[in-house]
Amino acid sequence: MSKNIIRPYGDTLNDGKMQISFALPVSADAFGKEAARLLLIQMGFDDAEITGMRDLREGFTHFIAYAVTSAGIDTSKIKVKVVETPVMDMEATDAYISEHLGRKITVVGACIESDAHTVGIDAIMNMKGYNHRFGLERYHGFNAINMGAQVPSEELLARARAEKADVILVSQVVTQKNIHIKNLTRLIELAEAEGLRHKMLFICGGPRISHELAIELGYDAGFGTGTYSTDVASFVAITLAKQLT
Amino acid sequence: MLKLDLNQELVQRSRTAAKQITGAFDWLFEGYSSVAIERTVLRLLGIDGANKEGEPLPNIVIDHLNANSAINKGAAVWVANAMLAKNLSAQEVAEQVSQHKLSLTELPLASAEQLFGVLQPLTQQMLSHIRSQKQKREEMFAQFGARRSPAIYVIVATGNIYEDVTQARAAAREGADIIAVIRSTAQSLLDYVPYGATTVGFGGTYATQENFRIMRAALDEISIEEKRYISLTNYASGLCMPEIAVMGAIERLDLMLNDAMYGILFRDINPKRTLLDQYFARMINAYAGIEIQTGEDNYLTTSDAIDKAYTVTASQLINESFALISGIKPEKMGLGHAYEIDPEMENSFVYELAHALLTKELFPDAPIKYMPPTKFASGNIFKTHLMDAMFNFMGQLTGQGVQLLGMMTEAIHTPHLVDRSLAIENAQYLFKAVKDLNQSLCLAPDSFVNARANEVLQQAVTFLEKVAEEGLFSAMAKGDFAEIKRPENGGKGLDGVFLCDKDYYNPFMQQMKQELGL
Repeated sequence: MSKNIIRPYGDTLNDGKMQISFALPVSADAFGKEAARLLLIQMGFDDAEITGMRDLREGFTHFIAYAVTSAGIDTSKIKVKVVETPVMDMEATDAYISEHLGRKITVVGACIESDAHTVGIDAIMNMKGYNHRFGLERYHGFNAINMGAQVPSEELLARARAEKADVILVSQVVTQKNIHIKNLTRLIELAEAEGLRHKMLFICGGPRISHELAIELGYDAGFGTGTYSTDVASFVAITLAKQLT
Repeated sequence: MLKLDLNQELVQRSRTAAKQITGAFDWLFEGYSSVAIERTVLRLLGIDGANKEGEPLPNIVIDHLNANSAINKGAAVWVANAMLAKNLSAQEVAEQVSQHKLSLTELPLASAEQLFGVLQPLTQQMLSHIRSQKQKREEMFAQFGARRSPAIYVIVATGNIYEDVTQARAAAREGADIIAVIRSTAQSLLDYVPYGATTVGFGGTYATQENFRIMRAALDEISIEEKRYISLTNYASGLCMPEIAVMGAIERLDLMLNDAMYGILFRDINPKRTLLDQYFARMINAYAGIEIQTGEDNYLTTSDAIDKAYTVTASQLINESFALISGIKPEKMGLGHAYEIDPEMENSFVYELAHALLTKELFPDAPIKYMPPTKFASGNIFKTHLMDAMFNFMGQLTGQGVQLLGMMTEAIHTPHLVDRSLAIENAQYLFKAVKDLNQSLCLAPDSFVNARANEVLQQAVTFLEKVAEEGLFSAMAKGDFAEIKRPENGGKGLDGVFLCDKDYYNPFMQQMKQELGL
């Protein structure tokens, strides 16, 4: 085996042991257990062992299993897209903006379309921020406009145009049936149609958003779980400064 | 037994201040009505359904009255007048208005006595149905036994009412006492209630009367089979508060999330509109024997659970006082709070013990609604499951009324079938394991827990007395609550509030007030 190939680790290097948990619409008995085991075999697992079985009632059963995979990943071939700008704290970012841009950066943010959950956009933008990082409103270098929840894409773009925004910041928390992808795509398509796409940075964030997904959808950057205002502020400041040079 | 030694003078002052705050709204409750209240009256008169475009008939009739500047007498007057003049049922009147076959304000207005004669039997008919639903609930509790405490409360949120039914049935069989059907994410800001059974929603399922009926029927079936009455809850909040309350009363929902403060602060609904709507919605809840639940947990999802603990206490006291004004008894007040302290903090459980005991002892008769960790729930489902176990431990130890079970996948998705099942297993284990532990414990003299509870109470009193002095609206406009500024004339839905004419008439409110002794 190539030294670059890795497999899941149970208690011995590359033993391929994995824990798996899922439900099936079957009864909690020998028949259901066999169905679960066969599913794992069909998925390519070896040594599939159903270690736990819980009756979920109404004809459903929960299975907990351990199995061995022969699949492996060649680490030399992995490519990931990540936000690569360094992260600065609020004071450093403000100083950077005043030195490199010499003006305030205008950010217009919103939870777009049906999304009513402002917890993400608030954590990044509101004065108090989240977990000891102040939000963009607190920065001297930012003019932060948080439009709140359920803002139609059209309204967000209109406001961004009126404010001559440098950045549009979109949060999507609800992801059921991939609604976040639909909403984010719609915003970008409208921005393209209105000729705004390349006049400002488009950044999205939310628990199921990665930088890679954001790039795929046509955004400049994406921020997932664990993002703080400092991550977003640094990225914006450095990216805008680079555009000037 | 774990018992706080609360400073009784502070307890007294907190209630005096809350009463002063909520007592300043007579001008609003007595002098105004709203489009949502009038649509509720139409539903109580038996008007239901929608036109081909999906626009509900109650909305069509109210828009019609608004367009003719006639809403200020109340919708009941105009509908009764048309019923009398055209010999139609209320439903037929609404249908003819929607088909542009009838203009309500062009008919000559009958005398007050004649209109009263039309409305009186309709009022009695609907209120008698609501009373019979209340009685049915009471009978089923009497037959199968009272709800356990803390009750096991789980959510279903597939977006499809039929899929919700499958999941609710499974949860109820596993031990859930209360099923909450989470609403589709956009619904709180809709100024109408969608019609009929729905199968598409985002982050939840639309609250419609038909969806209520479908779920209640499924849970009645399980209640009988499991010999345990399974309660159903939904959200009488947002722009359609009283309408949804009445749909719940008609279809026998058992609890309703109902909190104007939440709508103002976290959904940017106009303060006047929502307090007015809440006044009638809570009256309906009180009349129907529905337990209300309030949304104090939300303060802690955005603010620090320790620094801002007093905002929860203050809001609970305000909510209690508003509920009393609408005729709700303490045993039907599911005031809210939440286990949202940072798990990385030393003694987080000890702080939480102080907060949980404070809520329980300030409101000894209320079935307190206890919310699980959400802010610090993460993609690490194993850690979240452990946090939920501590939360369940606390719920049983401090005797909370309703335990909204935490899901290990809280930070990831609306619960899968397995997530909910594991949450129920977690709660049942902890509830059983520490069932009578409280009886064997007491707080040490000069305990931190006691000092902390009194500290939070003191902060709440200071805050409430300040708000009482400047007025609730003014305090909200200045951002005193949750650090969010909500001006009296801002937010959504203000254009739906109107001043009542001298001859305004709402037969249902009048009758309910009388029976509730208000």
